[in-house]
Amino acid sequence: MATRYFGTSMRRTEDLRLTTGNGRYLDDIGQDAVAALECAFVRSPHAHARITDIDVTDALEVPGVIAIYTYEDLEGPAAEPLPVLIPHPALHAPRTGYPLANEMVNHVGEAIVMVVARNRYLAEDAVERIRVSYEVLPPVVGIPASRAAVHAVHADVPDNVAAHLIQTVGDIDGQMASSPHVLEIDLEIERSCSMPLEGKGVYARWDADDRSLRVYSSTQTATSVRAAIAAKLQLPLGKVEVIAPDVGGGFGVKIMHPWPEEIMIPFAAMKLGVPIKWVEDRREHFISSAHERGQSQHVKVGFDDEGRLLALDVVFWHDNGAYTPYGIICPIVTSTQLLGPYKPRSYRVEFFSIYTNTVIVTPYRGAGRPQGVFAMERTLDRIADHLGLDRTVVRANNFIQPDEFPYDHGLIFQDGRPLIYDSGDYPTQLGMLKEMIGWEDFPARQAAAAAEGRLLGIGLACYVEGTGPGPYEGAHVQVQTDGMVDVAIGLTSQGQGHQTVFAQIVADELGVPFDRVRVVTGDTRRFGYAVGTFASRAAVMSGSAVALAARAAKAKALRVAGEILEVSAEDLQLVDGVVSVKGSPSHAIDLGQVAVLSNPLRYAFDDAAKAATQFAKPADPDKPPVAPGEEPGLEGRDYYSPPRSTFASGMHAAIVEIDAGTSDIKILEYKVMHDCGNLINPMIVQGQVHGGVAQGVGGALYETMAYDENGQLLNASFMDFLMPYVTEVPQMELGHLQTPSPLNPLGIKGAGEAGVIPVPAVLASAIENAMGFRISAMPVNPNLLFALRQAHEAGEIPATATNEKVDRT
Amino acid sequence: MSGEETVADHGVESGDSVHLVPVTVNGLARSATVPARRTLSDYLRHDLQLTGTHVGCEHGVCGACTVLLDGRPVRSCLIFAVSVQGQEITTVEGLGQLDADGDPRSLSPVQRAFRDCHALQCGFCTPGFLTTITAGLAENPEPSREEAVEMIAGNLCRCTGYQNIVAAVLRAAELTKDPDAPNADDGHRHEGDR
Repeated sequence: MATRYFGTSMRRTEDLRLTTGNGRYLDDIGQDAVAALECAFVRSPHAHARITDIDVTDALEVPGVIAIYTYEDLEGPAAEPLPVLIPHPALHAPRTGYPLANEMVNHVGEAIVMVVARNRYLAEDAVERIRVSYEVLPPVVGIPASRAAVHAVHADVPDNVAAHLIQTVGDIDGQMASSPHVLEIDLEIERSCSMPLEGKGVYARWDADDRSLRVYSSTQTATSVRAAIAAKLQLPLGKVEVIAPDVGGGFGVKIMHPWPEEIMIPFAAMKLGVPIKWVEDRREHFISSAHERGQSQHVKVGFDDEGRLLALDVVFWHDNGAYTPYGIICPIVTSTQLLGPYKPRSYRVEFFSIYTNTVIVTPYRGAGRPQGVFAMERTLDRIADHLGLDRTVVRANNFIQPDEFPYDHGLIFQDGRPLIYDSGDYPTQLGMLKEMIGWEDFPARQAAAAAEGRLLGIGLACYVEGTGPGPYEGAHVQVQTDGMVDVAIGLTSQGQGHQTVFAQIVADELGVPFDRVRVVTGDTRRFGYAVGTFASRAAVMSGSAVALAARAAKAKALRVAGEILEVSAEDLQLVDGVVSVKGSPSHAIDLGQVAVLSNPLRYAFDDAAKAATQFAKPADPDKPPVAPGEEPGLEGRDYYSPPRSTFASGMHAAIVEIDAGTSDIKILEYKVMHDCGNLINPMIVQGQVHGGVAQGVGGALYETMAYDENGQLLNASFMDFLMPYVTEVPQMELGHLQTPSPLNPLGIKGAGEAGVIPVPAVLASAIENAMGFRISAMPVNPNLLFALRQAHEAGEIPATATNEKVDRT
Repeated sequence: MSGEETVADHGVESGDSVHLVPVTVNGLARSATVPARRTLSDYLRHDLQLTGTHVGCEHGVCGACTVLLDGRPVRSCLIFAVSVQGQEITTVEGLGQLDADGDPRSLSPVQRAFRDCHALQCGFCTPGFLTTITAGLAENPEPSREEAVEMIAGNLCRCTGYQNIVAAVLRAAELTKDPDAPNADDGHRHEGDR
């Protein structure tokens, strides 16, 4: 039996390139004989202003400056607002910016003028000499200011509300009225952001003879960037090719598109007829890419004596920043994924997506889920505290049970499809997690530590993640005449090891050795139909598509080989790159030779090809060389389009120690239970979870976007925006449960975002358990915790385990 | 082996003073004429076309641009190229390259360890870790886990959560001593494992 690669921790093919300095990231491109010109942008120093004048006179004198563009230079669709990518009926007041600002600027960092010069140093020299005059307008910063709507971000949206959506399931008012207990909770989550180590970047080359454009972009969606460029620059789609080279991390920010620079760099390349490149610097990334997470949430919950959720009524305000190019995906995700593994008897969720004069908000790994999980899990902790029940008991009492799948929540998910969970086993996961963290023994451990004056706390949180949303992905598998197998998928890779995992699937499905499979991702020249890499969908969507395409290629290989060997295809097997007759292994033909013979030739371009030429062997004079319904070549192409998302799940638990003097927070133990169905490559899944948890720790304890009241981002550097180093990330222990998805051919669920989702809720739970007072806002850093402690001691923050005697409000 | 000279025109027109910067990079004599304000990272990447060194923050915090200057790790984004005239530089390209057979064993112990332990995902920060750890292991060939953490505590990675990078430091130490050392970890890392 041949080796099976699915489920095996294959070392990554990518690593041979990436560990030797041979990767090709965006800024590595354009080093050829015709060096690319480089760009820099004048960006708004004001959060809200009207541009009254732009004077570029002095900049034109800077040697090496080639061109300067402002909004006035744009024409046709490029001069129109950037697209609203995901329209929604509830998004009643969508607003987007322009490739270069058109009179108004709505956040610090918005691009106003583009300078093209011989290199970036000179372009920045010129930027410094451009004088822009502004009429400064009052900025709207933060959710309270936006809700108050004393000032408007967009004059024609006076209440600052871009979208308002309510979803209701069950008799929420009746259930709330009859609930034995009712609590109300306010919760806050601050902004963070993806912050990949490589920022964005675009390189464009215009072929004036061919009137075609090649663009490289550090993007999570090559196909859609291509379509956007074609539309904005009025080029036929066939004249635009977009390639995502090696991408140095994405985490969501690079699924947003088209960025102004993705229009402007190709625009300038076409105007000037020379290659042009822009590579974002770190400050640009902070002030002109995207952020996420900022939400204010209000929960009103009715429950019974066992903590069962009878009525869950949630209202939240989502800070969407200055524009809504990505629609309202994040708040929709919060409002649906908030439910996690639980089944409240009735649920009502209402959100307002509101404008502020800050950087736009688009999905960052987790995409609204960490906020939703924070709301639900903080609520369950409050219920447990209120009733004097163990936190795990309250959760168990609300779980959807293994025999209740498929479970229909009666809501519409972010993919426009019903929120129906396909499979899962939450009670088993919880049991395994409790075992891993030592839940039952912890009170004794906590008491022993307390006797030594040490503050220990334990916390947990559960989540369900809708992964692998449609509409579709596709794949092309082609067997070459030398037996190598070329695979192309449309979606991109930002470090998830797609080159490796999709080769594993193809090697298994086709029946060839792993090292014969070469995978290309995110190159529209190779595969033109795709959606993108987001929402933990690559393994589910492209994994399923490559399996189907490989099966098609295999079926054809067996048909062609059957003709040659004069046996029925059913009697053939394809193992280790050889087609042979079952039970008669000597009666065989190499897959490469099958590829040769699948393409009838007139011309022999090499030795192998001779076998396929017209005089090589006698042929049936009555049959055409290519049979009806067949195509030349040994290829398979197929698409996977699921009815709806598949739902992965997980539960994390942590033990923290708080320094009794300084309130420093140390994570002593961190345990992860994770169920993403069948694992293609366990090593890579573990790596995804590790990275997610680390980002979750950052979001829970350190990362904020420190805007002042004027809309200036005060911490726009790695000196001030505190991402975790190795010293801040705990050593993790992972456990896997595998509940296969019934929705796709491989039984897989997505894993990319999972790790990050419950971390703020877990750590809030643990810190609260250690401190004995309520934690209702994240992140919590030592300074803030120290202040909370003082407030608690002053009686301003209630202690946990203080049951409000008056339940009914 | 003869070196290679590049005459770069960056900034020449702007009236910046330009300087010939001869260096030894990965054992080869190289030089280019560049303006005084050219950073070492830009000089390596764009004048010498050694694009393996990456720039993550341009202000010395992330460590992605770390190269070895006379054997010591430095942040090449914070150093002007003119200030390293005549010095010896090692970049990620110089740590090891695949041989003609593509045998992973031709890579350096640190490079091999990163692959064995899945210590990289997007790979952007990786060159800085590889150079840092190479220098770290030269100084301390048998680090404890705590010392391994300390060794990489100045480099940022946004993908891996560092778990497997710490493991790779220990694995690299093991491979330095014995290139055939089996990968005795959690059993997930070997090709062919079930």
